[in-house]
Amino acid sequence: MTEPLLRVDGLRTHFLTRAGTVKAVDGVSLHLARGEILGLVGESGSGKSVTGQSILGLVDPPGRVVGGRVLFKGEDLVTAGEKRLRAIRGRRIAMIFQDPMMTLNPVLSIGTQMVEAVQAHEKVSRAEAWERSRRALARVGIASPDERLAAYPHQFSGGMRQRVAIAIALLHSPDLIIADEPTTALDVTIQAQILFEVQTLCRETGTALIWVTHDLAVVSALADRVAVMYAGRVVETGTVAEIIGSPRHPYTRGLLESVPSRNRRGVPLRSIPGMTPSILDLPEGCAFRPRCDRTTGACAVMPELAGERGDRAWRCWNPVGAEVRGDAA
Amino acid sequence: MLVFILRRLAQSAVVVVAMSVLVFAGIFAIGNPIDVLISPEADEIERAAAIARLGLDRPMHEQFMRFVDGALGGDLGTSFVHGVPALGLVLQRFPATLELALCAMLVAVVLGIPLGLWAGLKPDSMAGRVIMTGSILGFSLPTFWVGMMLIMAFAVTLGWLPAGGRGETASLFGVQWSVLTADGLAHLILPAVNLALFKLSLVIRLARAGTREVALQDYVKFARAKGLAPARIVGVHILKNIMIPVVTVLGLELGSVIAFSVVTESVFAWPGMGKLLIDSILQLDRPVVIAYLLVTVLLFVVINLIVDLVYSLLDPRIRLGGGRA
Repeated sequence: MTEPLLRVDGLRTHFLTRAGTVKAVDGVSLHLARGEILGLVGESGSGKSVTGQSILGLVDPPGRVVGGRVLFKGEDLVTAGEKRLRAIRGRRIAMIFQDPMMTLNPVLSIGTQMVEAVQAHEKVSRAEAWERSRRALARVGIASPDERLAAYPHQFSGGMRQRVAIAIALLHSPDLIIADEPTTALDVTIQAQILFEVQTLCRETGTALIWVTHDLAVVSALADRVAVMYAGRVVETGTVAEIIGSPRHPYTRGLLESVPSRNRRGVPLRSIPGMTPSILDLPEGCAFRPRCDRTTGACAVMPELAGERGDRAWRCWNPVGAEVRGDAA
Repeated sequence: MLVFILRRLAQSAVVVVAMSVLVFAGIFAIGNPIDVLISPEADEIERAAAIARLGLDRPMHEQFMRFVDGALGGDLGTSFVHGVPALGLVLQRFPATLELALCAMLVAVVLGIPLGLWAGLKPDSMAGRVIMTGSILGFSLPTFWVGMMLIMAFAVTLGWLPAGGRGETASLFGVQWSVLTADGLAHLILPAVNLALFKLSLVIRLARAGTREVALQDYVKFARAKGLAPARIVGVHILKNIMIPVVTVLGLELGSVIAFSVVTESVFAWPGMGKLLIDSILQLDRPVVIAYLLVTVLLFVVINLIVDLVYSLLDPRIRLGGGRA
């Protein structure tokens, strides 16, 4: 097997707060081939955003990566120095954030913010950086880019700002883009446009993509593979067809059932009982146990991520589709 | 932009008119200047003559109309004590106060913003805590006491710097400035530091609060994700955002520093407007007090206008009428 573009191994990011240690990410492993699109799915607080930020070493204190490895083209980013990370950020791995209203600095013009992104990694003249920014804006479908470069973020709509952020991410044709819920704050129509454009651009440039989201519908339209996260751990992983078609973890099934569908018209929407546990005091064993209808005594011990093959696995003693073993509760 | 300026000027005119009425009424409440001005041995005739000469025998509204009449022509009355036009007296002292205030503000900004940034970026570090503790001292110690301590330490004990006065001055644009000579500068240091202390603490706290807030914004994280160097993130992305509240407060404070440098000027015998005001109030020299207060009001108005204009340079979201919005 060839070395994947990105291999995350047992990543653990903890927040050392006064109330205790919050294990936001607790042993996450992922891998991504060149040009592949991975959907990282989970509820709020499942650790999916922190996972994305940990890859680039962007977690703010009191958060800290306390264990695991992030191998990017064979180089461990967890142990890499800040200077080395800076050379990778924006150039080899770019990031797009959730709220386009907040990701652009309100007091700097779009041109300034794009030119500085170019010049951070390449010694080019301002004129050349400007020209590249202009082309990048045109590529994400922004009309009259010259005029737009001179404008400020408040003169743009949300969708336009997110396009600008995407254009910035694409400036250096990175190998990987980590997109942290980039369409969540947008209208559904704009969301669809952006999804389509990102997909096209990634295919064109061969850029791999980690799409962090809580929206399974988005993932099913976009991703090649999916990793479902719950309480800081990956609970199930597989191809989109496998996850959508035959989920094995009860949590994944719960997520799928809570998506409205035309086929189940009139039937009350199922929801997962209970709420996301506070990751400050997680119970021993399977974190989903208190909300699960397939709980047995075995669930008091944390199951390993196991399954048919390396990239089709689940973390459950009583997976969906199998008999509930032993002392069913 | 022009419309904005005109509207602001009209508003300012209303403020000036209202102030002049208040000042005039207020000055009557302080006391009768005639008791201070003429010698106790003067007889009734001399006394009546002096009252008539100063126009104090007229009813208050009549005196006010006479004052307004003169003020419109640029004449704010003649000093009872010095016998020269009051406005000229105030303006003559103005450069001394202005250079003191500007130097104090310069000290406050040049030291305060970096210290505040540092304390905001590293709130839990030793340096951050020391800076914040220092700023509490700067806030709470009374100016006159700090002034006297400065004189004690640097003028009396160490003998490094002079204790008072303006020192040698040099002429520029027909005005005398202390900053232009080495001796004048030496005289300026202690009072400027004294006056700056409170503003310095204010700037530190503003810059720190702003930095802590801005540093957590997504656009700072996005800037890091672009691979920018820390110097660029702090020096451009954070600094430009925290300057907006700092400029607001500094603008307002510059007015108050000029207007209320009274204490520092008294402690250091700095011959500025503040010293003149205190002397004039003690001698009930009405025209000088009024002239001083009106000059101060005008200063505030002008400074606020300038602050609003600087805003639009700093923050593109604020557009002063017109333009694309």
